[in-house]
Amino acid sequence: MPQVTARPQYPTDHPSVPLRFALGERVRVRKSYPLGHIRTPYYIRGHSGVVERLCGNFAVPEELAQMRSGLPAQPLYRVRFLQREVWPDYRGRCDDVVEIEIFQHWLEPVRP
Amino acid sequence: MNSEESGNYRPLSYFQLMEVSLRELLVEKGVVTDAEVSATLEDMRTRGPETGARVVARAWVDPAFKARLLENGTRACEEFGLDVPALRLVVVENTPQVHNVIVCTLCSCYPRMLLGLPPDWYKSGNYRSRVVREPRVVLAEFGLQVADDVQLRVHDSTADMRYLVLPMRPADTAGWSEAQLAAIVARDCMIGVAVPRAPASPGLGSGLGSE
Repeated sequence: MPQVTARPQYPTDHPSVPLRFALGERVRVRKSYPLGHIRTPYYIRGHSGVVERLCGNFAVPEELAQMRSGLPAQPLYRVRFLQREVWPDYRGRCDDVVEIEIFQHWLEPVRP
Repeated sequence: MNSEESGNYRPLSYFQLMEVSLRELLVEKGVVTDAEVSATLEDMRTRGPETGARVVARAWVDPAFKARLLENGTRACEEFGLDVPALRLVVVENTPQVHNVIVCTLCSCYPRMLLGLPPDWYKSGNYRSRVVREPRVVLAEFGLQVADDVQLRVHDSTADMRYLVLPMRPADTAGWSEAQLAAIVARDCMIGVAVPRAPASPGLGSGLGSE
């Protein structure tokens, strides 16, 4: 029973870049290590998962941390990752997941 | 806090000193006033997990409210009469097949506008670094065994969303009032490190969840 729709959950009025990824789409987190305040955790960079929810468009945190406006806003997604793919020694169920909010500019499409 | 009772004075720690210095500087520069700081502290003091527990209890007795809560957590809280400024709430539901737990690995993001201040352990490096990586082990340390046939979902609150776990209603609570139900929903049940339990009689005890 899907509880989320294809529409962003918390729309904002910020000027934003266009939405690039859809609910259910497979995406990969960029493996990049810029300096500064980044809200994409190290442990998930380089990993691929599935878009679980569109959250809405929000100001970019690495820009806000530098006292800049963070605009245009980037779409924010909740992405679902399999724990066994994230942690090589994961010892729970094979379908245990971790779900993380990732900004669009940190995501790339995954070629099937 | 510094204890000034006789013989117990300790100098401020580095971070206490930084907090006082920064606050006084912000007031001196006219960025905030002392009154605004006090008002904000007072506002946070009035918010506590009892509010979240009332939301959970309502979701347990009212399936339509529960559906709205899962679809848009903030809107449902506002319809419930709560003042939750800037909260963008995602409510995740525990079922017989799924158990949810919340963390902010990067800092300590928490639905403060709904639940008040987070517990110290939630902000600890230990919890934040381990629950995302070995959640079943960490939950067992809290006394919660998640069965092998239950999927575990860890939610890392990395950006603008804030999370609330909607626990399962214990089986032996049929006919309970909302107030009785809310009384067994402790804070830890809404973070996901505990589950509510019905004590022998309604109105006695407050279920699992430690300070």
